[in-house]
Amino acid sequence: MRSHEAAVLPIEARGLRYKAGGRALIGPLDLTISQGGITALMGPNGAGKSLLLRLLHGLIRPTAGTISFSGRAAGDGAPRQALVFQKPVLLRRSVAANISFARSLAGGGEHVDDILAEAGLTAQARQPARLLSGGEQQRLALARAMALRPQLLFLDEPTASLDPPATLLMEDMIAGIAQRGIKIVLVTHDVGQARRLADDIAFMHQGRIVEHGPAGTLIEAAETKEAQAFFAHRLVL
Amino acid sequence: MSDFEQAFALALRLLFSFDPALIEIVALSLKVSLSALFLAGLIGLPFGAAVAVTRFPGRGGVIILLNAMMGLPPVVIGLLVYMLLSRAGPLGVLGLLYTPAAMIIAQTILIAPIIAALTWQVVESLEGEYSELFRSMRVPFHRRVPTLLFDARFSLMTVMLAGFGRAVAEVGAVMIVGGNIDHLTRVMTTAIALETAKGDLAQALALGFVLVLIAITVNGAVIVIRQAARRRAYA
Repeated sequence: MRSHEAAVLPIEARGLRYKAGGRALIGPLDLTISQGGITALMGPNGAGKSLLLRLLHGLIRPTAGTISFSGRAAGDGAPRQALVFQKPVLLRRSVAANISFARSLAGGGEHVDDILAEAGLTAQARQPARLLSGGEQQRLALARAMALRPQLLFLDEPTASLDPPATLLMEDMIAGIAQRGIKIVLVTHDVGQARRLADDIAFMHQGRIVEHGPAGTLIEAAETKEAQAFFAHRLVL
Repeated sequence: MSDFEQAFALALRLLFSFDPALIEIVALSLKVSLSALFLAGLIGLPFGAAVAVTRFPGRGGVIILLNAMMGLPPVVIGLLVYMLLSRAGPLGVLGLLYTPAAMIIAQTILIAPIIAALTWQVVESLEGEYSELFRSMRVPFHRRVPTLLFDARFSLMTVMLAGFGRAVAEVGAVMIVGGNIDHLTRVMTTAIALETAKGDLAQALALGFVLVLIAITVNGAVIVIRQAARRRAYA
């Protein structure tokens, strides 16, 4: 196991519940991610994928249950982590300044120019971040997340609103990050993307994990009817 | 030529001949109001931003008070500062009454709540946009306020211009604490009041032109800043 992964894995959620407005939105949910690489959280709309991602990242507190990383409770010994939102929130400053901000929070790390080069944004370094195209904005959001030097990276449908060329560029970046030993948890609706990127898939339905296994196996031979219907592109109600 | 036309012509002559007395008054006005703006910005910008990003008991009361203080009558502020700085007052020992420093203090008190209240509105709106990102990036509190102030810089420039406009056009407070002393505390607004009372309409009109010019410049600057902000997508 590589050094980053040792600090992160296994990611364990036990008896996780989240309620809002009297409605149970998540759980009870148990999940163990012990494999490195990319884990995809999949499921129909409203299954609770993005909510689970936010719970794991610590953006919201669970109503009940525990989350731990490498045996240490979240909060105390949580690994360095970052999240890329579906709709990137960019600071109102230049592309390079967005990276510098994250870099300053991380207390240094890779040079801004190198980070921009990896994201293919060198030419846009001085441009206002919000004037970039959708694909460039999302690559900047990912590059900025990487400037935080995360050991664990959460991606919430990062290519949902991108065209195929921009999606491929993002996927190349994501695959490159995973190859560096950074654990990635990715929310996606896109079965093709899961097939291209994911090592394992946790399939969610109505706030619970109904199936979790290697990506190829789950897509081709899911055991639960909900996952089978989803991967067969049938409506899951 | 009527009296009014004569006064108008004389006012223009005073302006374009750079009359030393006129320049002195304009310079002091700008010095007092820009100093007050600087101090009010130092107080109002971080205070308004801090109120926007923090949640504490009584926050609603602070916001109501800030908004209420935006409409404080200048003469009341002048009176309070006068009482503070007069010989018998708690700060009388400083000997600041009837000096430009007293006028700066009064104008600072007048516009700091305006800057704070408008900053709160601007920053709270931006904070709503950034809050999840900040929590995700684990941005500590001491970094949030400066980050929000920097990213709201275009809007805050217009806030500062609004504060300057209020300060430079104000007459009541500076009249009370400055005393309108020639070559010492006479500024445009107090000079206009005095010259009008004396019947020297040319001097009053010339100063009025300068004030209107400043108002036009301030509003022009607001429009230019807004256009620049829009062009740069507020980035």
